[in-house]
Amino acid sequence: MYAQMVKTDAARVKSLDEMEPVERAFQERIDAGQKIEPKEWMPEGYRKTLIRQISQHAHSEIVGQLPEGNWITRAPTLERKAILLAKVQDEAGHGLYLYCAAETLGISRDEMYGQLHSGKAKYSSIFNYPTLSWADIGAVGWLVDGAAIMNQVPLQRCSYGPYARAMVRICKEESFHQRQGFDILTVLCKGSPEQKAMAQDALNRWWWPSLMMFGPSDDASVHSAQSMAWNIKQDSNDELRQKFVDQTVPQAKFLGLTVPDPELKWNDEKGGHDFGEPDWTEFFEVIAGNGPCNRERLEARRKAWDDGAWFRDGLTAHAEKHAARKTPAAAV
Amino acid sequence: MTTEWPLWEVFIRGQHGLNHRHVGSLHAPDAKMAIHNARDVYTRRNEGVSIWVVRSSDVVASAPSDKGPLFDPANSKVYRHPTFFDVPDEVGHM
Repeated sequence: MYAQMVKTDAARVKSLDEMEPVERAFQERIDAGQKIEPKEWMPEGYRKTLIRQISQHAHSEIVGQLPEGNWITRAPTLERKAILLAKVQDEAGHGLYLYCAAETLGISRDEMYGQLHSGKAKYSSIFNYPTLSWADIGAVGWLVDGAAIMNQVPLQRCSYGPYARAMVRICKEESFHQRQGFDILTVLCKGSPEQKAMAQDALNRWWWPSLMMFGPSDDASVHSAQSMAWNIKQDSNDELRQKFVDQTVPQAKFLGLTVPDPELKWNDEKGGHDFGEPDWTEFFEVIAGNGPCNRERLEARRKAWDDGAWFRDGLTAHAEKHAARKTPAAAV
Repeated sequence: MTTEWPLWEVFIRGQHGLNHRHVGSLHAPDAKMAIHNARDVYTRRNEGVSIWVVRSSDVVASAPSDKGPLFDPANSKVYRHPTFFDVPDEVGHM
């Protein structure tokens, strides 16, 4: 997901009876489906976990601009270019909504940028893969945004008000992203044999990394159990992955593309697909910073931040100068 | 230098005739840039006809702990709602 394997500091999930009255009241409000708002009392673990989850989510949106930005200047038509530009701009917006939501929990924007740039904070593993052809832009929209929607839709109902509200805005915009990706692939799949081969190649490369986005099975994870008790995670990683496969396989069939999984087959009994296990060794390597593009992505982010420093400083200086000029005049 | 830009709260009037509504916040060096940024961050799909920005530090908010003293007194004043009163059927719409 855009936030993967978020830690909670919990050794196990406490029962209501074990909680102090204030924490118990907090948990009961969550159990009753109420929203928690910024200045209200919350357990330290809830606050810290949310900061990790929301900032990781925000970082993913921001870094996620890079693989797609790679194709803006090389989009095949002016229309595709305008659409891709709008999509990448949306990702920047999503990052900003989420950073603001995280800031309500008491972390500053600069701290979060610092954590991203130093490599301390993580972002989704998926953005460490390269976009090698135009078909990859289609695959990213269709698969990556499609996978993101799977857990962003339930997050609209999560317990933390600012996060839930940011998610509502994001979900509204996300479905444009998925459709534009699918549309790119539809056109390629109806095109020349070379174009169709390009689409198949993109699916071959993006399928497994997309399944890894949901993270390894977390049925036994105390962190996931705690996050679910706090209603900041609603479905298990395996549930979301299953849903994603079941939704995506018929779409691949429509495109006339083959999902690169020999174990994939419909299972009548469970009413869903059986499918193979992603290569989790690869996943952990990518998470640890050794994916195909980790270094390039972080360098691009740091460079953008450093190269923009003079401009940010200039705007600040301009604002200060104007404020200083206004103050004596107002005093007269 | 590199000081963090101040935080602004953004309010958008969605359509003519509606109130400005809080939509979120953003960082900007001054009010003019805050309006520009709000346009880009919050109205990419024609969501607004007017924008207000207010420095977050200028917003005075009630504390969560004041919820009881502030709002509980209204609970007992149900007669403020028109449904409190029975209008006889013969009277018709009122």
